[in-house]
Amino acid sequence: MNSISNIPATALASDAVTASRARIAIELQQAEVVFGSGDKAVTALSPTNLKLPDGDFLALVGPSGCGKSTILRLVSNLLRPSSGVVLVGGREASAKQLRIGMAFQNPTMLPWLTIEQNVMMPLKIVQPFKARFRTEKTREFRDRVHDLLGQVGLKDFAGHFPWQLSGGMLQRSNLCRALIHEPDLLLLDEPFGALDQFTREELWQTLQDLYLDRKPTVLLVTHDLREAGFLANRICVMSARPGRIISDEVVNIPQPREIGMIYSTEFVEMTQNLREMIAQVRK
Amino acid sequence: MTEQTRIRMLSFSLLFGFFATWEVLCILLDVSDLVLPRPTEIMVTLWVKFPILLPHILQTLYSTLTGFVLGVSIGVVLGVMVGTSKVAYAVAYPLLVGFSSIPKVAVVPIFVLWFGSGTTPAILTAMVICVFPIVVNIATGLATTEPDLEDVLKTLGASKSEILWNVGLPRTMPYFFAALKVAITLAFVGAVLSETVASNRGIGNVMMTASSNFQVSLVFAGLIILALLGVALYGLFSWLERRVTGWATRGNDLALS
Repeated sequence: MNSISNIPATALASDAVTASRARIAIELQQAEVVFGSGDKAVTALSPTNLKLPDGDFLALVGPSGCGKSTILRLVSNLLRPSSGVVLVGGREASAKQLRIGMAFQNPTMLPWLTIEQNVMMPLKIVQPFKARFRTEKTREFRDRVHDLLGQVGLKDFAGHFPWQLSGGMLQRSNLCRALIHEPDLLLLDEPFGALDQFTREELWQTLQDLYLDRKPTVLLVTHDLREAGFLANRICVMSARPGRIISDEVVNIPQPREIGMIYSTEFVEMTQNLREMIAQVRK
Repeated sequence: MTEQTRIRMLSFSLLFGFFATWEVLCILLDVSDLVLPRPTEIMVTLWVKFPILLPHILQTLYSTLTGFVLGVSIGVVLGVMVGTSKVAYAVAYPLLVGFSSIPKVAVVPIFVLWFGSGTTPAILTAMVICVFPIVVNIATGLATTEPDLEDVLKTLGASKSEILWNVGLPRTMPYFFAALKVAITLAFVGAVLSETVASNRGIGNVMMTASSNFQVSLVFAGLIILALLGVALYGLFSWLERRVTGWATRGNDLALS
């Protein structure tokens, strides 16, 4: 049997989700997204059901334009479903029940702020940090930002402006900004897209460490099947537009995982299976 | 010699050359000082009359700056209102463009009619003349803010006003400063214009009175004062602009630290 079992994840619940934390972080009930109306209506997401327990790490893979990012935008409440329900932390997504950290596909750093100030932004906006920001921001929060930047190798660039950094460096800062406020729910939209193989693998490790350390719920959108397999404990495959989830399976490899693992036979077999599935639905 | 000092020297020699040519031509062509006084004559007048001119200078500065501050404040509030709402932008923008194309000179008689002559119409004219560039630029800056930048804060659960403070307004700063530089020069035009028509104080009035008394060199002295004040205020805002919006021009003073 493959490392991917065919039992639905909701029934099985991966190792990451212990009984004590069986709360549901994200739930999509027949959530559908249609842009425009009438003849010009484009369905970005077919009615989709998805349940993600607290502390789970789910990777969404699928062909381009299949609605992966749309799901992220639904969960982060940047987009409202045309029909159906999106629950985050048991409430409507707009209620902001959970602390959300999001890394966008384009590392949208604010150009008038330094990297340090950009990464610090969530601390200025999100409670409980916001309450302390005015009074004691300088020392403690700056150390925090510098620590995190150090972890992704950007310690020396804290005072630089975004346009002074390379694409890969910006993506790393982007990841830092998503993590700085210790989110309960981490939404990652192809955060490692513009990185070279080595940096990418390094950051996989960093992300895995951070994940195992704090166990936030993670929803990762990616094109990279090895990335999905290495990081996630559950993988959903989406069909081409209009997108819907066609496969939902658990990755039964214990964490923490070593980077060498991605060359093991069972891992290669797993990614092969995923690859074939996506190749099928692209047609 | 650095590039910057070279450019400064060139500007200075251009300015000096202009006045020198003026002086020489006046002497060579024997121009009457009732038509065009020589720069040296103007400088002497400026020096001699300075104690008398000073209160007028202060008066003009006062009217201009008061009008400018009022105009900018009103402009910012209106601009934020128009720029943050899609509906308001669509509805009000054409109106604003229409209003801003009215020659502001035409409002001076109305203000005089309402408020009499003196300081008030000068302040109001300066104010009215600099509201529109501010409104239009703030509104444009806010309305064209990239949604991606706002999304960053939206996902964090930021309120509308937090988004405005942290994304909208900083993003709009380059537009705002471009408008400020236009507005401060316009405010000068407005104040002086109103003084020439309806006031017994201020540089505008001095020039008007001097002109009717054929004190031509005093008229030119007034002109020079206006030019100096205008350049000084413009320079002040350019300096501020470089400090605040260096990120937009990737300014040198923000270079790698």
